[in-house]
Amino acid sequence: MTVSALLLLLIPLLQAQGTPPATPLTLVSREGRRPVPTTIAGGQELIALDEVAALFQVTVREDTLAGGLTLTYRGRTVVISTDQPMASVAGRVVALPAAPRRSGGRWLVPVELLPRALGPIYGARIDLRRPSRLLIVGDLRVPRVTARVEAVGPPTRATIEISPAAPVTVSVETGRILLRIDADALDLGLPGGGAGLIDQIRAGDQPTTVAVVLESRAGTARAAPSEAGGVTRVAVEVAAPVSAEAAVPPPPSPAAPPPLFAPRPALQTIVIDPGHGGDDAGVRGAAGVQEKQIALDVARRLRALIETRLGIRVILTRDDDRAVSLDSRAALANNNKADLFLSLHLNAAPVATVAGVEVFHLRLDREGEAARRAAETETTSLPVLGGIRRTIDVIRWDLAQARHVDASAALAAMLEEELRRHLTMGARPRQEAPFRVLTGVNMPAALIEMAYLSNAEEERLAQSEPFQTAVAQGVYGAIVRFRAYLEAERQP
Amino acid sequence: MTRPRALQTAAAVLLVGAGAWAVSAGLDRLAGVRPPPDRPAAAPAAPPPGVPRITATLFYGSADGQTLVPVRREVTLADGVVPQGREILAAQLQPSPESHVSVIPEGTVLRAFYITDRGDAFVDLSAEVSARHPGGSLTELLTVYAIVNAVTANLPTLRRVQILIDGREADTLAGHVDLRRPLEADLSLVREER
Repeated sequence: MTVSALLLLLIPLLQAQGTPPATPLTLVSREGRRPVPTTIAGGQELIALDEVAALFQVTVREDTLAGGLTLTYRGRTVVISTDQPMASVAGRVVALPAAPRRSGGRWLVPVELLPRALGPIYGARIDLRRPSRLLIVGDLRVPRVTARVEAVGPPTRATIEISPAAPVTVSVETGRILLRIDADALDLGLPGGGAGLIDQIRAGDQPTTVAVVLESRAGTARAAPSEAGGVTRVAVEVAAPVSAEAAVPPPPSPAAPPPLFAPRPALQTIVIDPGHGGDDAGVRGAAGVQEKQIALDVARRLRALIETRLGIRVILTRDDDRAVSLDSRAALANNNKADLFLSLHLNAAPVATVAGVEVFHLRLDREGEAARRAAETETTSLPVLGGIRRTIDVIRWDLAQARHVDASAALAAMLEEELRRHLTMGARPRQEAPFRVLTGVNMPAALIEMAYLSNAEEERLAQSEPFQTAVAQGVYGAIVRFRAYLEAERQP
Repeated sequence: MTRPRALQTAAAVLLVGAGAWAVSAGLDRLAGVRPPPDRPAAAPAAPPPGVPRITATLFYGSADGQTLVPVRREVTLADGVVPQGREILAAQLQPSPESHVSVIPEGTVLRAFYITDRGDAFVDLSAEVSARHPGGSLTELLTVYAIVNAVTANLPTLRRVQILIDGREADTLAGHVDLRRPLEADLSLVREER
């Protein structure tokens, strides 16, 4: 009886404490690295305030009178509301994704509190990099490292990008190439597996190394770093075994990077994004037609058309009925270095007579305009401690589209003109809007609302083969024109 | 349940109901509320007579469903920007007049309204605004900017509006408009009538 009563008391306590994340958060500072205990509850990643106090030497006090929690560091204070998702930092209100919650005598707060509220009073930058699970404290050099296989080959070619640029030392060893990157830590976004003669590209044994692991049948391998536009690119080439090759390639020489690639075509990869999916059906017409299905049908038709006629690589953000977050859609396009991003949707209006195709591109607000102006000055080189200069990439990751707004506007105009040749356009055929899926893509991008499912006639049409082909042909025509536009832009 | 017990319960329920009616009718009389005269049934409630009021611009869907239409309506006068903002938003979230279409999902209520010293307003709405949203870019733009424009058009010290859902930062209402940052007014969606 007593045992079961105890258990009953414990169960809600355990539930309130949440579950630990799959990968723990790691704090990186001048003093070294250490794990940060967090917990996932209610879809939020939370950290206990006593952990914050221990990690950052701040004083935590619960002010029951004012209904808030205060964090004090060297006389500067953050007040966290206990019932609203907000904190006040030196009189400025900062939004948080959730209000604090109490669990077993401890206060748990969203981890976003650290960069947004603690950072400003801490006197050192606190940067939360969610994908790589790093919490960076202080002005450290933590470049983002991404990799992709360009050609399966043989020879297999891959590119590893380090942004902002950092010096790289390459050593070709038996069975692998090791890259030693001169940085305090690495923000790794590496693919799971490899392709062709590359088995995998993964974190090295040391904290700031990356290993390109070769297949056992790989021949000569070489890697050459180069720096352009504030980004270091390491071009890796792995040849087939010597017996299979007529000529023996020269020995690896990191000092003299050989030109490995021909100039990249202006339009090499297109990401097509069928909207919604999984639990999120998008708009449902009165007759039951679902936006997620029509978007996927048209995306597949478009992929077939582009791949067969233009020979351009096409990636779909989803190729079946599954939920994909808006961030994952943008990340897929960015990680694949896509040259063009097209999101396909179907519209709804509060009145059933509204009809027609509409094309959207991103509208920047004041903040976005500031990001664009900053992007125009490309990268900035700043002096840091120790007399070194550090190259800073000035564009914010969540406003990556800012540097492409002009190209995206040109793309939207071409889409409007080409779609008009095949379909009836809406009352406002081309518009700018702050659409979430477009803000984070680092390439020209547009969103097409192909028809109104709230209109009975368009709902019927949307399922038809002629309609879907007409959309695909209109978009195809715009892509051909946009490729010419990009090539013209490249001419000096 | 035995028969006499059932009868007793029914009588008690009736008594409580009659009592509640008497209290509410009495309160109405005390507060001077009279049944609305010959106002159209679907018109949103205006402040009761005798209460100081101001004319605010609210935004509803146009009859053709394409744009937002500014409609001047009377709302209760409140002391200060935040209380006035609450009054304006409460009126904006009401069903639209009959001549217009509603762009706010039914059941949406204002949970909180607060402002920062940078001139950003936070409008915290109940989950219905997203859960009951029919989706589609146009409908979503109309919903978001009816709320944003209602704040910025009537409270000129506020330049940007961030919509929260159920007290939390939200990505979007239905998959399109970015709600992670405060939004500025969008008058391109607004068309004056006639």
